[in-house]
This record gives sequence, structure tokens and C-alpha cells, in this order.
Amino acid sequence: MASQPRLSVRGLTKRFGALVANDDVSLNVEPGELHCLLGENGAGKSTLSSCLYGLYQPDHGEIQVDGQPVHLRSPADALRAGIGMVHQHFVLVPGFTVLENIAVGTGSGWRFDRAAAKARVLAICQAYGIELEPDRAVGDLSVGGQQWVEIVKVLYTGARLLILDEPTAVLTPDESRKLFAVIERLKADGISILLISHKMAEVMQSDRVSVLRRGRLVGTVRTADVTRDDLTTMMIGQRIAPASRSSDGGGVGGAVLSVRGLSKERQGRRVLDDISFEVAQGEIFGIAGVSGNGQDDLFECLCGLAAPDEGSFSVAGAEVRASSPADVAALGVGYVPSDRFRDGLVGDLSIEENLVLGQHWSARWRRGPFLDRNGLEKNGRDAIAGYSIAATGPDAICRRLSGGNAQKVILAREFGKADRLLLCNQPTRGLDVGAIGFVHRELLRKRDEGCAIVLASEELDDLFALCSRIGVFFRGRLLKVLDRDRTSHDEIGRLMAGQESVVAA
Amino acid sequence: MFESFLQATILVSVAAATIRIATPLLLAALGELVAERSGVYNMGLEGMMLMGAFIGYLSAHQSGSLWVGVAAAGLTGAAMAAVFAFMVITLKVEQIVTGLAVNLLGAGLSTYWLRAAFSDSGQTPVIPFFENVPIPVLSQLPVVGPILFDQKLLTYFAFLMVPAVWFLLFRTRYGLIIRCAGDNPKALDVKGVSVAAVQYAAVVFGGLMAGLGGAFLSVGSAARFVPDMTNGRGWLAIIIVIAGLWRPYAVLAATLVFSFLDALQLQIQGIGIAIPYQLLLMMPYVVAIIALMVRRSRANAPAMLGMPYSRE
Repeated sequence: MASQPRLSVRGLTKRFGALVANDDVSLNVEPGELHCLLGENGAGKSTLSSCLYGLYQPDHGEIQVDGQPVHLRSPADALRAGIGMVHQHFVLVPGFTVLENIAVGTGSGWRFDRAAAKARVLAICQAYGIELEPDRAVGDLSVGGQQWVEIVKVLYTGARLLILDEPTAVLTPDESRKLFAVIERLKADGISILLISHKMAEVMQSDRVSVLRRGRLVGTVRTADVTRDDLTTMMIGQRIAPASRSSDGGGVGGAVLSVRGLSKERQGRRVLDDISFEVAQGEIFGIAGVSGNGQDDLFECLCGLAAPDEGSFSVAGAEVRASSPADVAALGVGYVPSDRFRDGLVGDLSIEENLVLGQHWSARWRRGPFLDRNGLEKNGRDAIAGYSIAATGPDAICRRLSGGNAQKVILAREFGKADRLLLCNQPTRGLDVGAIGFVHRELLRKRDEGCAIVLASEELDDLFALCSRIGVFFRGRLLKVLDRDRTSHDEIGRLMAGQESVVAA
Repeated sequence: MFESFLQATILVSVAAATIRIATPLLLAALGELVAERSGVYNMGLEGMMLMGAFIGYLSAHQSGSLWVGVAAAGLTGAAMAAVFAFMVITLKVEQIVTGLAVNLLGAGLSTYWLRAAFSDSGQTPVIPFFENVPIPVLSQLPVVGPILFDQKLLTYFAFLMVPAVWFLLFRTRYGLIIRCAGDNPKALDVKGVSVAAVQYAAVVFGGLMAGLGGAFLSVGSAARFVPDMTNGRGWLAIIIVIAGLWRPYAVLAATLVFSFLDALQLQIQGIGIAIPYQLLLMMPYVVAIIALMVRRSRANAPAMLGMPYSRE
């Protein structure tokens, strides 16, 4: 290409402790190009964009803008280099007007030249066909309107490269059509756009796609040369069914969990829509789906943290109604939440204390009115040995544990109390291969003991390795339940993207 | 007795006292307003005022110049605020606890230094104090003249700071930045503006104003320093900011309500109405508690007030 690339990333590597979030990533974005960054959650898209916006400093690698190497130590550096970013979660002041949100922190001198700022905002809106009323309070705008404020805010800084982090996650289809119309006009003006997304329909509108998987760049392709399936395969990986694919284990018994017509609304949105399924004794039921499609709400209902609006469920024949987590746990249910440090552990407590959380009043851990410290310590030692937790001892503080070891602490606690049913939401998220293998073995052991297990994972490998049946979640609905031996990664991948043709078939 | 109380001259003197009493409260509250708008709770206001009052007195006594005293008081407040800012913005120590520590420091240090500077006689030398500066023509107006235009220079300054702070917050580029820091600091960070720098500036300004408020007490009117002479005015200023819904003119109104109650009780004591004076002394504080209960909604507070900002 004759011209310099607008953005050139060479060998960018970013580590967080032992986790390599970006591993030797290289890509170019040309002037006037819509370049899509595609990847599953946790593939490293957000880390890469944060490095490009100066929020994180890469450990290795070089970033060039218009052929000039740049060191992006802060957003101020990125803005100077002409890079602007629209964050996935809006960064707006609701009480400010549109104009104030756009202009704050720009300009120089004491004066806030409202008239000049307004003229410039209107000029930008005019140039790219964006409708905005500069004097309205941002808090009164619709989500779509707020998205426009964010985009104009970035254009106002004079950015020539826009990073859009999942901009359509909150937009209606109509709003997102408008967004792509505006993107066309930006491109015509020579502005480059790096679009982060995992929605195939949007990705297919880009000029080129770079696919990330587990922090590595799988490849950059011209969108015109590939099909959706090609991209899905690049994103999820062409996976041969693992050799460790389990047999269906011991005898599958009667239904332990039966869920009937569970529905829930949150902020006017139906996050669970008429969910029904059953899980038998000795069975692992898999839930596939991109996160944010209702899995978290399902688990919170099942473990008693939230009440469904409609529908019911029963555990081992006992109807669970208006319950608390303690009532559910008393039925022999264990729960491994998706965010282990937020919901699974108390970071400032030790391993031995975290291991008895929720059961600390039980006679087992008490001596009279006091905690049985010796019993706790022994229990901690047993868990550290049994689950190979790498820690200095049972009194180690959980906050300092790695993700894998923290997860093992939660598994040790929840597996211990799950006699009948085990609820696992993303138990392998962010774990390395060794820890994932460990979680798999433990889940199979628990299944062979006759426990019913609900396992949600974004890693199809997990589901294919462990589950007999896999249900796919999309926008709060359970689209389809598939028999593990009669489906493929491809079919599930398409369902996860909500492709209705497959649903209808 | 009530007849005499209602006489015009007495009303004028209550009103004039209200304005005088309002001065240190208004200075401290306007400073606190700016700090809180930037997202930082400065609970150390009392300590900063007290140290301002003491250092102001000490400097005026040593130098013989009242204005040197005022300048030193402002700088003292600013310096204490800078230490406070380092603790809560850079080190992200809990803001309220740090503020309490600053208050203890102010109370202890001023008393200790007082004893060290003036042996242990307990009596501090009296220094000259600021005279009232009547404004020509305006001070001759009936009723409002003696109330508003026969005051000390610091009082004029305090009242002029109300529109000045309003202008800063709502009409300047920096004001927009300060309010943004209090409502959503990340929105500043992504624009490449240092949230910490904004908050440091706002907190130091708040300390400077608190120091000046302290100076008014010692150098401005009492002409001496006594331990704990701020007597809760720093706390009252914090309540005034809440009661004033974080807006400059409403802060002025709240200040006037509290100072009027104080002026009134002084007057009532002075003319000997038979109410236990302790009850009268209580009035501003009782009203403060009622104001807090009425204003318990945080709807108008800066959204991120009191929460240290970090990128993660």
C-alpha cells in the first residue's frame, strides 16, 4: 500500500502476572479502513485496545501512528497521537449537557467558550449526519443518544483513529444501522475505525478482520474473502474432540433439578425468557452461550440469590420458593459463581476461613459459641492437599492467590457441600491449561458420585469434554438443547451467535 | 423586654452581627464547596481553620502586620490541605478518617505551639485587629448601610467570593473540569486530564479559604488566639455545604441562616431575656441537625464524592 498505515502494532505483549493477555500481537489499520477486532470474551481484545489508548503499558512491542513510533503512557498521549476511544461502558456525566460532556477537558485558557464549542459540535454532527441537541442533559438521552455523544466527544478531540469497543452491545438494530451509516461517512473522510465486536453481522461489514484467540492473533483477513463460518472457526478454534471425552459415567438416575418456565425481567429487559430443562442424577448439563445472555441470572435464581418473576424449579422433588441462598444450600446444592473474587471469596479472609463460609454456624466448625480454629486449620490443610492449592498455608489470604488457586478454594468448599446438585458458572474462565484439566477431573469425579451438575462455559471444549447434553443460551432464551454426540462446535457456535436459521432447522 | 428587642437599632445590630459572624463560615464553606465538587470530602476543615487562626495570630504578632498574618493563615490552610490531599488522593487513604486526623493535628499542634511560643502564662498578648472599613456613600444608606457596608475587608472579600466561586464553577473551563472530577472522574481521565491534579488544586484552594476563615477569627476580630477558638465552625461549614446543595448561592443562604441564629442568641443574651444561654448556644447546631435530616438525599451531591479515583 502506498500510504503509511494509520496504526501499526508490532509484537505487542501484555502480561498480568502469570496471565498473558496479549501475546505478540501485530496488526495494521489503514487510513479510512473499518478494521474489526474479533474474539471471544477474554481473548484479549479489551487489553489490546487499552494499550492503544494508553490505559495500559505493553510489556513488549511497538506502536506506530502514521509511521511514527509513539509511546502511549496515558490517554493524553493517545489523544495527541490522534487516537480516540469509545468505551463499552459510557463515560459520561449525566448532569452535564451534551455540549459540556463533549467539551470538558478540551481547549485552553480560563474561559469556557460555549458558543465556539457549540458551533464545532454542530459542524461535526452536520458533517457526519449525526443528530444531537447540544443543550440537552445527557441523563435525559436514550442509550443510543448517549452513544452519539461518546462518538462526537472523540471526534471533537480531532482523533483520526476511532476505537469502538462493542458499540452496538446496547443499541437497537435501527440505531446500529445508523451507526454503520455514520461509519461510512467517517471512512470517506479518511478516519480509521477499529471496531471491537463479536457480532458476526457487524463484523461482515468491515474491510478487514483481525481475530484474537486466547491473547494471540490468529490472523488478519479481508472480510470479502471469508465466510462467517470461517471467522467463527478462527475465533473458537478448529477443535478436535478431546481424547478425554468422557463416557456417560455411572447410572443416570431421576431428575434432581427441574426448571419450569423460569422468566425474569431486569430494567425492562427480559433477561430470562421461559427457561425449562431437567438435569438428572449423575449428569452434567452444559450451558453454552456468550456471557451476558442470561446465564448469570439463571444461576442467581437457582442458587437463591434472586427470585424469578415467573416459573419455578425444584431440587430433588422439593419445590424451591421465595428462597434464600441458605435454604437452597441446605438442600445439598453447591454454587461456583462466575466472578470468583467478587462473589466466590472474601479476599481478605484466609483460605481456612473462606472454606467454611456459609457453614460457619454449623456445629461442625464450632466449639461451643466459638469457631473451632483447629478444625478449620485441619480442614484447610486437607483442602490444600486434596485440591493441590499452591499457597503458603491454610492461613494465606485469598486475595493474593492466583485465579486458578482461588478457584480451587471455591471448588473445595462448594464440592464439599454439594450432595445433590452443583451449579458451576464459568468455572474455567481465565484459568491455564493445567488448572482447567484439574477442574474437569473434579467435575467428572463429582458426577460419578451421583451429583447432578449444571455447567455454563464459554469454552466449548469444556462442554464437549464433560456434558452429555448442551443447551444454548441467547438473549435470555434457551434456544435449543443438543445431544453432545449429535452436534458439532460449528452448530453450537452458530446458535451462540443467535442464527435463527439453525434454530428453525 | 420584647419591645426593646424589636427596636430598629437592635435589629440592625443583629443583622450586622449576622454578616460579621457569617464571614469565617462563608470562607470555609466556599472552599469546601469547591473541594467537594471535585470529589473530595475535606473533613479536616476544622483543623485547617484552627491552624490558620493560630499561625495568622502568631505571624501578625511577630511581624506587627495584620496582613502578614492573613497571608500566613491562608498559606497554613493551603499547606495542611496539601498534606491532606497527598494522603487521600495520592495514597488513597480513607477521606473521612484522614480529615479527623487533620483535626486532631490542628487542635494539638496549635495548643502546643501556643504554649511553646508564649511560655505557660496562659495569657496571650493582644494584637491590634482589623477595623471596620465603611464604604463611602453606601455605608450612609439607612438600615442596609450599617448592615452591609460597614464591615471588615475580609468580610467584603468573603461575600465577593460567592459570585466568584459561582463563576469559577459554572462559567469557566476549569469549573467544568472540577465538576466533572466530582461526578465522573473517568470522563476526565479518558480526555487526558489528570484527575489527581484537579483534585489537588481544589483541595488546596479549600484549605486556603479555611485558613483565611481562621484568620478572621483571630486576627480579624478577637485580636488574640485562644485554644480551640474555631469551636466547631469547620464542622458547621461542612454542614452548610450539604444544606446548600453544593451550590454557591444556596451555600450563602445557609450560612446566613446559621449566623443569624448565632447573632440572635448573642443579642438575646445581651439584653437579658430569661432563657438559659446554653439553649441559645445550641440553636445553630440543632438547626444544623434538622437541616441534615431534611437534606438527607444525596441527589445533588457530586456522584463520586468521597471515592478515591483509580483507573481499575
